[in-house]
Amino acid sequence: MTGVKRAGRWVGQHMILFVALVVITYMLAPVFVVILMSFNDPASRQSYQFDGFTWDNWLNPCGPYQLCSSVATSLRIGLLATLVATVLGTLMAFGMVRHRFRGRAAANVFIFLPMASPEIVLGSSLLALFVSAGFAGVLGFWTIFVAHVMFCLSFVVVTVKARLSGLDPRLEQAAMDLYANQWQTFWRVTFPLVFPGILSAALLSFSLSFDDFIITNLNSGQTVTFPMFVWGAAQRSIPPQINVVGTVMFVVALTLVLLGELGRRRQRI
Amino acid sequence: MPGSDLVLKSVTKRFGSFTAVDDLDLTVPQGSFFALLGPSGCGKTTTLRMVAGLEEPTAGTIHLGDQDISHVKAYKRPVNTVFQSYALFPHLSVFENVAFGPSRKGAKGVKALVDETLELVELGEYAGRKPAQLSGGQQQRVALARALINRPQVLLLDEPLGALDLKLRKQMQIELKRIQSEVGITFVHVTHDQEEAMTMADTIAVMNGGVIEQMGEPAELYEHPATTYVSNFLGQSNLIAGQVKGVDGETLLLEVNGEKLTAPAARARSDEGEVWVGVRPEKVFLTVTGAGATTAGAGADPGDRAGSNLLPGGVVSDVSFVGVSTQYLVRMPWGQELQVFEQNTGTRDSLRAGDRVDLHWMPAHTFLLDASQDASAGVVLGDDR
Amino acid sequence: MSISAAHIGGGDRGEPSPEPSRKPGFIGYLLLLPGGMWLAIFFLVPTLALVGTSLYDPSGSILTGYQMTGYWQNYVDAVRDYAQPFGRSIVYASLATIACIALGYPLAYAIAFKSGRWKNFMLVLVIAPFFTSFLVRTLSWQLLLGDNGFVVDVLQTLQILGPEGRLLATPFAVVTGLTYNFLPFMVLPLYASLEKIDHRLIEAGGDLYAAPFTAFRRVTLPLSMPGLVAGTLLTFIPAAGDYINAELLGTPTTRMIGNEIQDLFTAGSYPVAASLSVTLMVAIVVMVFLYVRRAGTEDLV
Repeated sequence: MTGVKRAGRWVGQHMILFVALVVITYMLAPVFVVILMSFNDPASRQSYQFDGFTWDNWLNPCGPYQLCSSVATSLRIGLLATLVATVLGTLMAFGMVRHRFRGRAAANVFIFLPMASPEIVLGSSLLALFVSAGFAGVLGFWTIFVAHVMFCLSFVVVTVKARLSGLDPRLEQAAMDLYANQWQTFWRVTFPLVFPGILSAALLSFSLSFDDFIITNLNSGQTVTFPMFVWGAAQRSIPPQINVVGTVMFVVALTLVLLGELGRRRQRI
Repeated sequence: MPGSDLVLKSVTKRFGSFTAVDDLDLTVPQGSFFALLGPSGCGKTTTLRMVAGLEEPTAGTIHLGDQDISHVKAYKRPVNTVFQSYALFPHLSVFENVAFGPSRKGAKGVKALVDETLELVELGEYAGRKPAQLSGGQQQRVALARALINRPQVLLLDEPLGALDLKLRKQMQIELKRIQSEVGITFVHVTHDQEEAMTMADTIAVMNGGVIEQMGEPAELYEHPATTYVSNFLGQSNLIAGQVKGVDGETLLLEVNGEKLTAPAARARSDEGEVWVGVRPEKVFLTVTGAGATTAGAGADPGDRAGSNLLPGGVVSDVSFVGVSTQYLVRMPWGQELQVFEQNTGTRDSLRAGDRVDLHWMPAHTFLLDASQDASAGVVLGDDR
Repeated sequence: MSISAAHIGGGDRGEPSPEPSRKPGFIGYLLLLPGGMWLAIFFLVPTLALVGTSLYDPSGSILTGYQMTGYWQNYVDAVRDYAQPFGRSIVYASLATIACIALGYPLAYAIAFKSGRWKNFMLVLVIAPFFTSFLVRTLSWQLLLGDNGFVVDVLQTLQILGPEGRLLATPFAVVTGLTYNFLPFMVLPLYASLEKIDHRLIEAGGDLYAAPFTAFRRVTLPLSMPGLVAGTLLTFIPAAGDYINAELLGTPTTRMIGNEIQDLFTAGSYPVAASLSVTLMVAIVVMVFLYVRRAGTEDLV
């Protein structure tokens, strides 16, 4: 094989990998911008570009009005919605995988629908419900909470279902063979093995909730969540501390994932 | 708990319109090593699962001693299973896996018990590992320990050696037999490997299509097969169409394609009209046609040549050298190919394809089977043996 | 002892591998009840309420209240007045979906087949951007595509962009933003599908004389269809209803239907907004139905 052909073959085999790396770079580029801009010292309130380096933003992250309170609100809603959605969704997943009942196909479609609807439709229809029920005046924390549980449920069900269906039923049979009744079998065998699925469902749920804007915006009344704060800032002026929050979120989440990976690696050895 | 036989009476299992087990009767004596032998799909695993409590019989009863366990839940039966896929709990260590049963029953001194059982299966140092870190053979032994530690009245083994390579399998067969005689528990071993069953079991039940074809000691089943299925499934058989022409005391007179043969009446499952005349390949001797009485076949010349069954006029069509023996296929004048296994004692050169030979064997080795049965039933192809 | 001579069949009748028998009884319903109720009340009912709202008298407002008049004309008006943003949304969403496929498929393929030890690491890199707030990231695109930004400079130097050319506030920017935001939703299902493919099938393709690209087209691609379909749906549907990218990266001429609906709702013109929403929903359902029919995969969840 000539040198040219060999080079061509090498390029061909690695082309995919090359393209993949380009795409990954493309995906991470804005993240770098966020991290960079968190150190930005803005020259004026109007422009959004890198003017100068400063630690001030990190030292004073709660400077802008409502920034930290909006983060706190988002965290509270996120945790609460995650808790409720995970519990309800896990129950549903078990019901769908392990039990017989009529209309399972319909239930499948029903659960898939919220995932498949555009957020604007979900949000606006929920608003329409609240308005016609007379809750127009009390839109806020609880209406946001309700909305978040609603759209997170489907994701939890799908995630847990996937994990549960992959569970070898013979393990539970073995447990029963070894004198564990149904309750003991569930807690000692089924639950520990499904737990990673439940955990990833919870994490997915939390990130969907924390990051949600469109649905939240329509149903929030006066309450301000972090994405709403950013949106408002985009209309007015963008305080660099936004990027501090963004960077912190990124680092925290990345750390959690890496710790999870390490934990899994350690278990295998 | 001594003295508890496992008794299945008229046990039937249907899945919708499919009958997996059909009116099965079975008695496993306490303390014996019992093998349930049959091909995949014959219902043996289903039967096992019903004894374990993982399936409910559609009809019939299962008794352990005088306790009716037909509908008792699995976790309440003094029966444990070693699964084909081992089903070790992946999230628990070897120790925790083995301790699972005793812990559920709230036993004291679990640690000592686990250590002792792990010693029995020679896995003492692996207590802290996870199943994923063990080899197939080691996992199999953990599964065994996990079941044995509970000292059940019956231990069920569902093709536990299927996933192991040949050498390991042979080793484990000896191990299991040793452990069983040491511990004295009733073992019910399900397998499709007839050699395995014959090596390990005190009693074998050959299953086919949801029913038991024949049950008894390995030698009994081998030398006195009751059906064409059993004769083909255990070892190999030559089955030749013939008729019963008469009776002479305890001997039946047969005619097979013009040749006159005899068979003991005691070895006839069918004694009139059309029958299958059966003889095992290793019981047959070959002599070169026309060689006369002096050049008899290899090995011992059957004492009374005059009384042996003779089928002349064969032509060797295939020769396979298998090390220990040479396997011949001989085409008979009526077209059927018969098998002959000759031990390679070295007293004679092997024959070659095309050689003309006569077949003869001792009449006492003949068995007669019902002609209405399919002569190819139970024939196992390839390396399923 | 029962020896039945009549049952000799000699064949292997496949013993049905006992699947975990699903427990009958009403426990199944009980488990589904809480979650099901939540969805019924906060998803199903609102959707019906939305349809109801779309039939209100359009001259109502928050102050004067709404009259239910069964006013189907709302739909006609809505479609007539807002046909442009509607069309634009479908176009942008389609472009973004195609871009996501073009970028996402090689990435998913590389992670599934060519990444070896780095597989988990690369997966983390795909999910990582997800961790930063999505609005904050979109703002970053404002910076990256800005008139004084690096990218525009390079493109102008390379003469791809004219000296007055800009990237921000163009349809290109909007589609880029959409593509960027939904790329993980394309990559992950695709990866999941590709990962399940038994590598030996592809080898068999090669063994049967298929050139690498043909093997891909005839073996890998069809087997990855479920992932591709799921990814397309998870990308196209939210993209069609999005307005954030259009708002932050576009101009009034690039407004999508989402922008319109949002503004109408904020202004209190509920009937019109509702009819637009319902129309969008129906349009998407129809397109999804046709697409799934054509792609041939029914089991999406």
